Amino acid sequence: MAKIVVEHLKYRYPLTDELALKDISFTIEPGEFIGIIGENNAGKSTLCQALVGIIPNFYKGAYGGKVFIDDLEVAKHSISEVCRKVGIVFQNPFNQVTGSKLTVYEEIAFGLENMGLSRTEMMERIDYSLKLLDIYQYKDRNPFDLSGGQMQRMAIASIIAMRPEVIILDEPTSQLDPQGSEEVFRAVQSLSQEGISILMVEHKMEKIAAYSDRVMLLKDGKMVAFDTPQKVFSLENLEQYGVNAPAFTRICKKLGIKNQKNGCYPVTLEEAEGAINLLKNGGIADE
Amino acid sequence: MSNIEIKDMYFSYTENEPVLNGINLTLDSRTTAIIGQNGAGKTTFVKLLKGLLKPTHGQIFWDGKDISQMTVAQLAKYIGLVFQNPNDQIFKGKVIDEVMFGPINIGMSQEDALDHARKALSIVGLAGTEDENPYDMGLSDRKMIAIASILAMDTDVVIFDEPTIAQDYKAKEKIKQIIRQLKSDGKMVLTIIHDMDFVAECFERTIVFAKGNVLLDGPTAEVFAQKEKLTQAYLEPPHVTQLCNRLGYQQTFLTVEDFVAYVKRTLKK
Ligand SMILES: Nc1ncnc2c1ncn2[C@@H]1O[C@H](COP(=O)(O)OP(=O)(O)OP(=O)(O)O)[C@@H](O)[C@H]1O
Ligand SMILES: Nc1ncnc2c1ncn2[C@@H]1O[C@H](COP(=O)(O)OP(=O)(O)OP(=O)(O)O)[C@@H](O)[C@H]1O
Ligand SMILES: [Mg+2]
Ligand SMILES: [Mg+2]
Repeated sequence: MAKIVVEHLKYRYPLTDELALKDISFTIEPGEFIGIIGENNAGKSTLCQALVGIIPNFYKGAYGGKVFIDDLEVAKHSISEVCRKVGIVFQNPFNQVTGSKLTVYEEIAFGLENMGLSRTEMMERIDYSLKLLDIYQYKDRNPFDLSGGQMQRMAIASIIAMRPEVIILDEPTSQLDPQGSEEVFRAVQSLSQEGISILMVEHKMEKIAAYSDRVMLLKDGKMVAFDTPQKVFSLENLEQYGVNAPAFTRICKKLGIKNQKNGCYPVTLEEAEGAINLLKNGGIADE
Repeated sequence: MSNIEIKDMYFSYTENEPVLNGINLTLDSRTTAIIGQNGAGKTTFVKLLKGLLKPTHGQIFWDGKDISQMTVAQLAKYIGLVFQNPNDQIFKGKVIDEVMFGPINIGMSQEDALDHARKALSIVGLAGTEDENPYDMGLSDRKMIAIASILAMDTDVVIFDEPTIAQDYKAKEKIKQIIRQLKSDGKMVLTIIHDMDFVAECFERTIVFAKGNVLLDGPTAEVFAQKEKLTQAYLEPPHVTQLCNRLGYQQTFLTVEDFVAYVKRTLKK
């Protein structure tokens, strides 16, 4: 059974004229890793907030359509009920910090407090997620004394510790160093392999191409594509949607190298490497 | 053109946790990127340059003058810093008031400040939003407002702390243009950034910070050729360079254009 079902979702912020989400419908299976891409102001963060019920429960405005997580319709339940199933990492990690906890450790513990876990289980989860995000050494520091990237790591750790069935990440690696962002993608991938559904908004197209099962492309509040990374990044009019394909894809487009089987351009480092080697050895390239 | 000299600078927030361990650098007219691991001390470093923090040891010279003799207000006339988190910078309820605040604060007349603010907003692509409330805007727009606020001050030195956070590729192109324009206007530009492709395309000089020290410093292409040291600093080469490495090329390239031109040349042979 599908994990997430979205039917004809429409939304307009209070005091604005234009819909931020325009009739969006899709379904997502358990364990799928979905990349969400699109230009600035396309509606990516708005969609994320609608999936956890912040829209329409916190942001009012005009709302239409339905969002289901399993059989729970998010608009009809409180945010705290929905958050038991769905965790969200906000675009600005600063907005995730409670402001009431004095240490990084307590900050992670906060989310686990009302879950009915044993003390040992709680401690295990906190230690695990702090180590996974490589911030264990800062566990006693005040959250506001962390560097930007360390704070973003804490925001991710606090959601992973809660082990929700669905995790939504809104540009979670925007302030991470290159190796840190690779580690986060790997960690999130292994969560998806355990059956957790992942929706991740990102501008790092090379990573989206390498890790997503499917890519959702938004533009002006509409879903304009939802397909494999190869298909989406091979779209002829991708630039009109305000998206730049991965560097590997741009190279192959310029060299006229397509995968002969599916008619798509290579999207990852490995695919581009293979295709260029083939070209060098006198293989096929169509201009 | 101004120059900043940093001599044997140390800094720590708390006693037994050193953050910067003896930095020696001279910053000049080359557009410069600072890259490095989370927590390496990059933001701390630029806060020291702007006089927001004081070194525990060592000195900073601005055109030969020791900045410890200058007040934060005096320095503000020369050095503009776009904060990593726009929430630390933005506090007005109207975009135009926010962007005019800095210029007025350093002594610009109301008219000049308005003129500078309007120009800065149009440079970042936000002309027409003067009367909006920054709190209703998304992170990418808020970051652009923070950039406009500093551009409007027209300082000799402009420091960007992770300007590309939340920006799509068109906005990144816009930021590249802004950096090039500042350079041609004779300003010193320093940028902290985690986007290696952006570094490759935009900066003449790259400095790698690692655990409070300068690990590498040189022309960008030379820095990205040092694979082992980059790994040690939790970095990686730009995507195009990664592909060159995979293909076993002797020469490495930094941009898609250079790579494609090279492959086309070798195929002709
Ligand atoms: N709180 C708000 N009040 C009014 N309008 C809003 C609010 N938040 C977002 N919007 C508007 O809704 C539209 C979609 O914004 P959203 O933040 O979802 O885009 P996004 O794709 O996440 O953009 P970005 O890449 O900049 O994060 C934009 O036009 C934006 O200005
Ligand atoms: N106010 C503070 N009190 C104590 N320690 C701090 C404070 N601010 C920063 N630190 C610590 O100093 C170190 C350097 O922080 P800084 O913000 O300079 O890092 P950075 O290189 O900018 O990292 P990032 O890439 O994550 O932004 C970090 O380990 C951080 O936790
Ligand atoms: Mg967003
Ligand atoms: Mg920083």
